[in-house]
Amino acid sequence: MKIIVCVKQVPDTNEVKIDPVKGTLIRDGVPSILNHDDANALEEALKIKDQNPGTTITLLTMGPPQAQEMLQECLAMGADDAILLSDRALGGSDTWATSNALAAGVRKIGDFDLIFAGRQAIDGDTAQVGPQLAEKLGIPQVTYVQKAEVKDGVAKVERALENGYEKISVNLPCMLTAIKELNEPRYMSIRGIFKAAKFPIKVWNADDIGVDKTIVGLEASPTNVFKSFTPKPKGQGVVVAGDTAKELAGNLVSDLKKKHII
Amino acid sequence: MAINVIKDKCIGCGICLKKCPFDAITLEDKKAVIGVSCTSCKQCIEPCPVDAIEFVQEESGIAPIDLSAYKNVWVYAEQRAGKVMNVALELLGEGKRLAEEIGGDTKLAAVLLGNDVEHLVDELYSYGADIVYVADDPLLKDFTTDGYTKVLKDAIDEYKPEIVLFGATHIGRDLAPRIAARLNTGLTADCTRLDIRTGKYIEYLEANTTANTSDLSADDGNMNLKQTRPAFGGNLMATIVCDKRRPQMSTVRPGVMDKIAPIAGAKGERIALNHTLTASDIKITVEEVVRSAKELVSLTDAEIIVSGGRGLGDASGFGIIKEFADRVGGVVGASRAAVDNGWIDHSHQVGQTGTTVKPKIYFACGISGAIQHLAGMQTSDIIVAINKDPDAPMIGLADYAIIGDLHKVIPELIAAWDDEDSIK
Repeated sequence: MKIIVCVKQVPDTNEVKIDPVKGTLIRDGVPSILNHDDANALEEALKIKDQNPGTTITLLTMGPPQAQEMLQECLAMGADDAILLSDRALGGSDTWATSNALAAGVRKIGDFDLIFAGRQAIDGDTAQVGPQLAEKLGIPQVTYVQKAEVKDGVAKVERALENGYEKISVNLPCMLTAIKELNEPRYMSIRGIFKAAKFPIKVWNADDIGVDKTIVGLEASPTNVFKSFTPKPKGQGVVVAGDTAKELAGNLVSDLKKKHII
Repeated sequence: MAINVIKDKCIGCGICLKKCPFDAITLEDKKAVIGVSCTSCKQCIEPCPVDAIEFVQEESGIAPIDLSAYKNVWVYAEQRAGKVMNVALELLGEGKRLAEEIGGDTKLAAVLLGNDVEHLVDELYSYGADIVYVADDPLLKDFTTDGYTKVLKDAIDEYKPEIVLFGATHIGRDLAPRIAARLNTGLTADCTRLDIRTGKYIEYLEANTTANTSDLSADDGNMNLKQTRPAFGGNLMATIVCDKRRPQMSTVRPGVMDKIAPIAGAKGERIALNHTLTASDIKITVEEVVRSAKELVSLTDAEIIVSGGRGLGDASGFGIIKEFADRVGGVVGASRAAVDNGWIDHSHQVGQTGTTVKPKIYFACGISGAIQHLAGMQTSDIIVAINKDPDAPMIGLADYAIIGDLHKVIPELIAAWDDEDSIK
């Protein structure tokens, strides 16, 4: 079986802080990591490979040259091949333009049975690229996959809903997007780390994938950032007075009561 | 590329490198160079001391379309098992407001897909829909991306709405991107605010944000939908526009917008959608829809939420949180840290990647206030923070801050609540 796993290198947005005085972003020292949901996507592909010898896993990402570090991490977990789409012409793509570029990358890779992606990336949180790539490739999608079993050309999956889940079956080829509940990603193996360090990652530019340059990059993107800003700190609150827990609690409750909040 | 460095002006000070959220700027030969990670968020433009960074609008490669052919505001009336989702009713409230802001004869329409859903049409009128488009078909009984995409895409092609809103549910976030990709239009995910007129948008920015509005003019006639959403893990807010394509599509988080008080007996126009969906269009089979046995947490409807975070220490800390929530008639919430530690189920999570809430009272117990958590609860009416650390961001945000040990304070709060009741 041939599996493509879409991954993304993201800044660890949990580590980002806001300067409380200036209201600006403090990005110093924020590490770049493999996007969490993508690690689950890769793990599920690796589990299929464990059970089906002969399966190959090709990683596909789009980003700056330093994204190769993340691809090495994924190779060290057990992927077989890695492709980085990197070109100034692809920069600034929104989800529509990104899916056009990734679709061109997938077509250049050639045959595949299954594409895994993370549900969403923590820097954008849109969850749009998976479905949009599936649309551009003309294959069915199942998002929010919490359980998957792939056998005899059919994927039987559970798709998480807010209040339960759906049992879905879909013929390959298809796109599945992974959520955290799907599995527990494995660690890199020592052997894998050595292999990955020397692995020749393929770096393809827009010409390599033969994509129409009028449908990728910032200018082609239907959506644009009009303005970006930070919320205003609220900061008119009061610190409740009191020396003991009892006093603190009593003062809060009586004040809430006085102001008819409770 | 739309962000451009004017080489002659750049003095290589490196300020823009620090301001860039995406690490996209480097210095080469003492000049700033914009790299491929740039998303044109424009955070670098204002900080530049020598005005060496500019935003350049370039021509799009997509064939232009006639924007004026698109009219009216549509809301996808998501229903599950014959019941309209609350978020769809909220979106009707917001859609009505947008239709009025656009003015003229702009109408609000709900789009209802399913099987045996005719009985929902009146409900959609009562929540503000002027028109209800209906596709009622056995093939639409279960939600399938393929089936729903085809019917909705064809309907949009035929009736050309200017704006289409979806709830950012698991279904909305599956369906909307697929439709947007098929229509080659833009989609903005998880919006928390929508504006049409620049004047209103400026009012919002000035009241709630640190944005500099000097480059905007209230009567500039820009009628594009201004879609504001948390970006960069909730660390930034970004307003997105889709100015060259139609329809303008957004998903909106449940619990963010306000529904109108339903108008009993309201009537509108019902239009049946002529669709060409056949069984062979649907590539997936929904074998079963399983309702969760786990307790359904209705954070979005709760008037009081008592949330616990890392400061609880361990899973047992949720015992006292639950007791307090029960006492005040509230619902238990949690921070991402508590969920990631496995102390409580994800369904309790409040924040950017959890549920967006705006209760009357939000108790944040042992939650430091990571920006992604704040993004999901900062519009609560009253925020009470209980934390040992006086410097925690949540303390700064709170209306009432209790600096103390939550394990000691909460039992006293329960007792004080009892005392207050006994006075009544």
